[in-house]
Amino acid sequence: MTPTVTTDRDSATFTVAAVYEAPTERIWRLWSDPRQLERWWGPPSHPATVVHHDLTAGGVVSYYMTSPEGEKFHGGWRVLGVEAPNLLEFEDYFANQDGSENVDLPISRSTVAIEDQGDGRTRMTITTRYENSAAMEKVLEMGMEEGITSALGQIEEILAEDRSRSSN
Amino acid sequence: MVVDTALSSDEVDRLFRALADATRRDIVVRAAIGDLSVSALARNYDMSVTAVQKHVSVLESAGLVRKHRSGREQLVRPQPRALDTAREVLDEIEQLWRDRINLFGEVLAAQLTEGETR
Repeated sequence: MTPTVTTDRDSATFTVAAVYEAPTERIWRLWSDPRQLERWWGPPSHPATVVHHDLTAGGVVSYYMTSPEGEKFHGGWRVLGVEAPNLLEFEDYFANQDGSENVDLPISRSTVAIEDQGDGRTRMTITTRYENSAAMEKVLEMGMEEGITSALGQIEEILAEDRSRSSN
Repeated sequence: MVVDTALSSDEVDRLFRALADATRRDIVVRAAIGDLSVSALARNYDMSVTAVQKHVSVLESAGLVRKHRSGREQLVRPQPRALDTAREVLDEIEQLWRDRINLFGEVLAAQLTEGETR
């Protein structure tokens, strides 16, 4: 099965679903082994380096991604729950150069479910939601008001034209 | 790429910073309903016109509103461009997950092959 990525724009939720011909432990290792994790966490242009990796509830995973120009983008996970090899929950935050959390940028909360399908295959589902980002939600909510805004803009233009006509 | 072109760009940084404050979020919503002068906006809050003016300036530098002079009044108008930025951010996050899951499959396949040859 080709993995699918779906986005619910209203709630800023991303869902990744994939099925692999491998046992759950194999899939789990790509999360639990920092050397495996850094091979896929960063996009091809920005490979990730995992600095610290404590995959236990309350633990922290810290990493940075390096741009082609050598610029480093830091981030980290606050690990909320772990049930190896089936479940992982964490918050992913942006960090400053010193690794401390950048509280101005949105935090996402992810749930990773790794389920044995019973036929030698494993299903992995990752759900990521930007729930702490009131800002993101607010901006998206504004989308609904965009219609009103543009209508108001049109009324104004008409009024302005009328005014310029009557003043001539 | 999400980490350098969207979420950590100065523009998005300003956007989130601007919206991190409840008063400023309220100003954005009120401005979206209709043009309001800074002094009319200030009546809604327990703060000086100057303080509200400062909030409006932060929103303006984030591209969320713009000020428009009408006679003696300064009207605050919404700026829908910020929405495009938000949509772009969502697109880039989606792309980030596509990249990740593609690599995930490759790493897993490589790992399984290594396991067989051992």
